[in-house]
Amino acid sequence: MKTSIRFALNDKPVTWTGEDHRMLLWVLRTEFHLTGSKYGCGEGFCGACTVLIDGEAVRSCKFPMKDVKGKQVTTIEGLSKNGDLHPLQKAFIEHDALQCGFCTPGMIMMAASLLSKKPQLSKSEIIEGMERNLCRCGTYNRVLQALEDAAQSIQKGGV
Amino acid sequence: MDSKDYLEIDFTDVTARFPLDRREFLKLFGGGIFVTFCAGSSLSLQERSQRRVRPQLPTDFNAFLHVREDGRVTCFTGKIEMGQGAITSIAQMLADELEVPLDSVDMVMGDTDLCPWDMGTFGSMTTRFFGPPLRAAAAEAREVLRGLAAEHLQVPKNQLSIQDGMIFDKNNKEKSVSYAQLTKGKKIERHLEEKAVLEAVSNFTVVGNSINRLDAEDKVTGKAEYAGDIHWPGMLFAKILRPPSHGAKLKSIDSSALNSRKDVQIIKQDGDFFAVLHATPDGAEEALQQVKAQFDEPEFNVDNKTIFDHLLKVAPEGQVVSEEGDIRSESSRVTTIVERTYLDGYVAHAPMEPHAATARIEGDKVTVWASTQTPFSAKDEVARALEVSPENVRIITPYVGGGFGGKTVNRQAVEAARLAKLTGKPVQVVWSRKEEFFYDSFRPAAVVKINSGVSDTGQIAFWDYNVYFAGQRGSQHFYAIPHHKTAVYGSGWRGGQGTHPFATGAWRAPANNTNTFARESQIDIMASLAKKDPVEFRLNNLKDKRMQNVLKAAANKFGWTPAVSPSKRGFGVALGIDAGTYVAAIAHVEVDSDGHVQVKRVVCAQDMGLIINPEGALIQMEGCITMGLGYALTEEIQFRGGNILDHNFDTYKIPRFSWTPKIESVFVENKKLSPQGGGEPAIILMGGLVANAIYDAVGIRMLQLPMTRERIKDAMEA
Repeated sequence: MKTSIRFALNDKPVTWTGEDHRMLLWVLRTEFHLTGSKYGCGEGFCGACTVLIDGEAVRSCKFPMKDVKGKQVTTIEGLSKNGDLHPLQKAFIEHDALQCGFCTPGMIMMAASLLSKKPQLSKSEIIEGMERNLCRCGTYNRVLQALEDAAQSIQKGGV
Repeated sequence: MDSKDYLEIDFTDVTARFPLDRREFLKLFGGGIFVTFCAGSSLSLQERSQRRVRPQLPTDFNAFLHVREDGRVTCFTGKIEMGQGAITSIAQMLADELEVPLDSVDMVMGDTDLCPWDMGTFGSMTTRFFGPPLRAAAAEAREVLRGLAAEHLQVPKNQLSIQDGMIFDKNNKEKSVSYAQLTKGKKIERHLEEKAVLEAVSNFTVVGNSINRLDAEDKVTGKAEYAGDIHWPGMLFAKILRPPSHGAKLKSIDSSALNSRKDVQIIKQDGDFFAVLHATPDGAEEALQQVKAQFDEPEFNVDNKTIFDHLLKVAPEGQVVSEEGDIRSESSRVTTIVERTYLDGYVAHAPMEPHAATARIEGDKVTVWASTQTPFSAKDEVARALEVSPENVRIITPYVGGGFGGKTVNRQAVEAARLAKLTGKPVQVVWSRKEEFFYDSFRPAAVVKINSGVSDTGQIAFWDYNVYFAGQRGSQHFYAIPHHKTAVYGSGWRGGQGTHPFATGAWRAPANNTNTFARESQIDIMASLAKKDPVEFRLNNLKDKRMQNVLKAAANKFGWTPAVSPSKRGFGVALGIDAGTYVAAIAHVEVDSDGHVQVKRVVCAQDMGLIINPEGALIQMEGCITMGLGYALTEEIQFRGGNILDHNFDTYKIPRFSWTPKIESVFVENKKLSPQGGGEPAIILMGGLVANAIYDAVGIRMLQLPMTRERIKDAMEA
């Protein structure tokens, strides 16, 4: 049965009508044409589809539309504000913390959620927080450096 | 490095059908300066040897650069960007050589309508073989521009200076002309001959500054498009019925549950091909789940435990690839003889992006956006499947989300194209992770048997090396051994009929991971029995200066102090050669009582000839070390016959953040040697490196990859 669901997508109010058991990832990709969130495994194991719901990182491939109602959804496309890259995006570029780039949006969204909750994360806390996001190209060390850097600039800049 | 090591870079499905000759091709473009060149033929014996077996390949050119009438520079190449950074390193070389700002260089990659034929992106070949001719071509274009400028400014050529796309008189900077002005209204063609490249290469210097990736901003903002991100109005998403195991035959199919569904389209063809299409990908998946199908499955005759006996049973006669001295009489004289068998399981490519393709047909023109390492072979495959002329097929390669050798098989592109033809609508096929594991062309399971002897003074006396089904690359040792033989059983990584229960193929540094694991483990065992430090033992048995240098560089950086293994320190060393690059690494590992291995630190030294992009080379080395931890410690496909039991990353475990060691690198300078491979060499060491470090830590010798926690624990308890 089709239902209408209102939520905020990247700071804009939207209304979506459809089967509310559908997963957010597919709705984002095929109906809002926000293809930055990726399908990597479909079971929540890889993290390529990670988005923020009210600031909390979730696997959009396992997150049904009915739970999106009334929430703030932020995807990689909505992370930069007013044309300025988010400190994490800048840090990923600066540290070359990506290769094929397919896991990158999910990595950044996961990191954004971690840092928004606690900017002063220790290295082991970062590793623990990022552990379930997978990268096949082997960029983990650079992602860690990027996160440490971004955490510092967030604290300084008060973003 | 011998050219025959590379005969295995063999993609026999490729047939060249580049339809136009050079003149005709360049008509497609506007004015400006064109320099065509052939990347690969000029400097590599390797690719030449391939050309001998496939004389139909074009030898004329496979890439070109275009200085446009607006002064911008475009490079057209059939190479693709899958994370290895070619888009940046190629643009950087061009900008450097042509003396234009980097942001005035455009890259057109992997588009079969715009780029001349190219074999594919694999084998660490892009920088190695592409770099020198590209730079020579750019230098040629610059000289053409300089000539035009001399005429235009009425100034002798040697009095001209170039900066940021402007040519000016050294004595009077007011007198200047831009590339755009010089190329306006002209059409100048140059073809770069092989000789010119060789001459030019000797003048090359290292491209100086490391720069950030050109694709980085697109990738951190979600703008970067991959094949599954392409959207067309009215596009359908397809899910295709898959057999439960390789070799299974469809017996019956019941799709009656979908009869009343107006939103679902069903395509059935050729008996076995059954697809459902829907306006959404999840809708297609859900519809397919309502289809009931029965298959006849062949009997399972092998699984991941019995596969090694099977391989030895079906192995064809070995081919001796090198031989010297007299092993038999030597082995009767030596007291310490080591005979070991090494095993290596099937390993998946598992790129984060599964195979994806979007196909669209307008009139008789078929266009497929595909995640592929071999767009030109995809073009031919699609043409054959649709029974159309290859000229009517265009493959466009957007960013590829990782390949590692796995995206040289283009089944998904053919599937999308077939369905686009049958439905008359644009169709997207994106494999699920389960399909990705099912249709992967795995790194083949393999067996290596080595019999070797070491003298009382610690000299390796003989070496009898036999590798089954891994392939030849990296099988030949580089130690100074007077009596030795290397035999390869089952050449290539595909195996013959009845060898593997599913597809196998090239996996990052094919064959060399298995061969290096076996060789470097065996060397360590001998060092230990001879009561020698493993670094000293290797140095004493090496005559090759390049190899000695990389080993010394790694040992220095690591702060190696000699000790006989097992020293309880958890230090291991391994050496290897791949894609012309010499590489040495030293690792520090910790092994707990539960068998869990934590690799704490890896120091890696490489001699890769002239380095084009130091930062890029470093990133590739780090990637190799991190990815290689997977096949060393956990990655092994579980299967029963043609039934792949791993469906996702819950059971098939790839490296994670917490696994990552501190990685330190040394580049051993060797500017006189043309650029060698960078995307693969370091990964070949990881099996042997970790095995040797585990032995040094706990005195357990692991002879099978991967060295899982369970296997280590079992070995410690035995």
